[in-house]
Amino acid sequence: MAGQTLYDKLWQQHLVKARDDGTALIYIDRQLLHEVTSPQAFEGLRLANRQPWRLDANLATPDHNVPTTLKERAEGNSGIKDPVSLIQVQTLDDNCAAFGIEEFRINDPRQGIVHVVGPEQGATLPGMTVVCGDSHTATHGAFAALSHGIGTSEVEHVMATQCLLAQKMKNMQVRVEGELGAGVTAKDVVLAIIGTIGTAGGTGYAIEFAGSAIESLSMEGRMTVCNMAIEAGARVGLIAVDDTTIDYLKDRPFAPKADQWDAAVQDWRQLVSDADAAFDKVVTLAAADIEPQVSWGTSPEMVTGIGGEVPDPADAADETARGGINRALEYMGLNARQKITDIRLDKVFIGSCTNSRIEDLREAAKVAQGRKVADTIQLAMVVPGSGLVKRQAEAEGLDKVFIEAGFEWREPGCSMCLAMNADKLGAGEHCASTSNRNFEGRQGYGGRTHLVSPAMAAAAAIAGHFVDVRTFAGDAAANHARQEA
Amino acid sequence: MNKFERLDGLVAPLDRANVDTDLIIPKQFLKSIQRTGFGVNLFDELRYLDEGQPGQDVSQRPLNPDFVLNQPRFQGASVLLARRNFGCGSSREHAPWALEDFGFRAVIAPSFADIFYNNAFKNGILLITLGEDELDRLFAEVEANEGYRLDIDLEHQRVITPSGEILEFTVDAFRKHCLLEGLDDIGITLTDEEAIRAFEARHRAERPWLFRETAKA
Repeated sequence: MAGQTLYDKLWQQHLVKARDDGTALIYIDRQLLHEVTSPQAFEGLRLANRQPWRLDANLATPDHNVPTTLKERAEGNSGIKDPVSLIQVQTLDDNCAAFGIEEFRINDPRQGIVHVVGPEQGATLPGMTVVCGDSHTATHGAFAALSHGIGTSEVEHVMATQCLLAQKMKNMQVRVEGELGAGVTAKDVVLAIIGTIGTAGGTGYAIEFAGSAIESLSMEGRMTVCNMAIEAGARVGLIAVDDTTIDYLKDRPFAPKADQWDAAVQDWRQLVSDADAAFDKVVTLAAADIEPQVSWGTSPEMVTGIGGEVPDPADAADETARGGINRALEYMGLNARQKITDIRLDKVFIGSCTNSRIEDLREAAKVAQGRKVADTIQLAMVVPGSGLVKRQAEAEGLDKVFIEAGFEWREPGCSMCLAMNADKLGAGEHCASTSNRNFEGRQGYGGRTHLVSPAMAAAAAIAGHFVDVRTFAGDAAANHARQEA
Repeated sequence: MNKFERLDGLVAPLDRANVDTDLIIPKQFLKSIQRTGFGVNLFDELRYLDEGQPGQDVSQRPLNPDFVLNQPRFQGASVLLARRNFGCGSSREHAPWALEDFGFRAVIAPSFADIFYNNAFKNGILLITLGEDELDRLFAEVEANEGYRLDIDLEHQRVITPSGEILEFTVDAFRKHCLLEGLDDIGITLTDEEAIRAFEARHRAERPWLFRETAKA
């Protein structure tokens, strides 16, 4: 008999009941809550007169609607100027207080984007099942936690029953082998994967990311990769446990301590796919072939290397694809065969659950150090993923690097990734963004998003257009690029 | 949840692939804490020529005459024809809430994104997966015939075209059962309360660190 994949093991460890009709009840260890997808779930509990099954499995924080300027944040919830956003954040506070769920409120230093906060607190642990009413819950799979993004009905279902109704997915392994080039990051890896398998390539699968290039990534990098599994269609992205995982978790507030830590670590070491595990599909990429990526269209699969160009619809595989490219070029205001390096930017956003962790900020700061944001850039902003990331970055002096270069240094939240707060693009504006989705209108009505790594975003801010961060090194080059811009 | 047994509905075609949930219902409307009222903002950026805001009187907004759902012949449509990977992106259940509130009870496409698929069924919307060729044919028939309707029979898992052609589809037994009966699945799950408690006790004994109480400030 073939061995088990990591996904098979996690599934089995949480299987409460398999039904004859092919559905199963799986037990959920952790639910993360935020203000956008939880109010109707709490309301559902109230209407049915139900109580949460297990309070301590839940952890909440507002993130999507929170303002990111220091001035607004100093006022707490009353700094939220949009009355509808305020009601939503207030409703989360009220619901958590009423039901007894722990919440990091707007001005708690631990507040932040749920997918940054969970791991940072050690509230996400290997071997857990983690859910959240947010598709980027796939992030937590970086810890070998079986993590699903779910809808609001499912949020209510998990609160009421501590279980999720699920069907077992198929297993896919995406291997990235070899060494990544200098300047090529986790973000480039995952964008290259999505460019290869497409936005529906992972539909119906749990994807395990493996191979030497994945193993070489830090936990921050692994979270970036798993975060975007959903952009390849997969609800679940996973990476096996190794020393990097365990070192990251040691002494985190919610992580086990003392004897329990040792027992946990011993258990976590098993959270790898068996050598003879069978995958339904295996895709392999060579790390050496991956160059810094830039998305040009309105779907994350519409992506290419920095040396590339916008495609020609004439080359599309079929009519539906051609229609998609034509529509994307029109929306994005780009021409077929335009060079990526000729795309000029209006705004730059460094942040989101994909790229707002300390390592992301360090990479961006390294590029920004001693340089200036181009005059043609209207706004370049850095939004740390949590209060604790912000504090750490400030302790390292990164805030000063950004501010001196002309970036705005903001308070933590989802911000311009989806523009539910005041941070948004204007119609027609091009943005180099470290977020995860370039859908039409995602960052603001008519806004044009280009997905890139933090280092590429910082380099684009300085040059005013996309540049290859690998050759954008040294002060001479920077000054030259500045003059050009 | 509304029951779904049989639907004889007017069909509207949305001829584009990878329709994401941001497009189905843009983020500014996600600020509502209600489950209803999203229908007027379904496909907001395609449907109107201006930028929509929550709580607006939509009757004052300029409609995009080119958008399919604004065309007179598709008024009252309850079946949506779509292309591959419909519902990709965000997990927002506001997407099926908006479709349902607008009046759609069924969507037919070559493939759907996973989270959207779950969310739709939980709101009484039947998602039917047919082959690309079958979809091409249905798109052509809708285009050619004003008032084109499809008869959807969930019990027998078939779509019947006006010419009497039968297109069979598969749907998993549990989802079908819930739709046919209009069942709330929390209630069904709670019939397994004992099994959940037993599992939980065993799980806690084996891996107590998963049950550490959340830290207190």
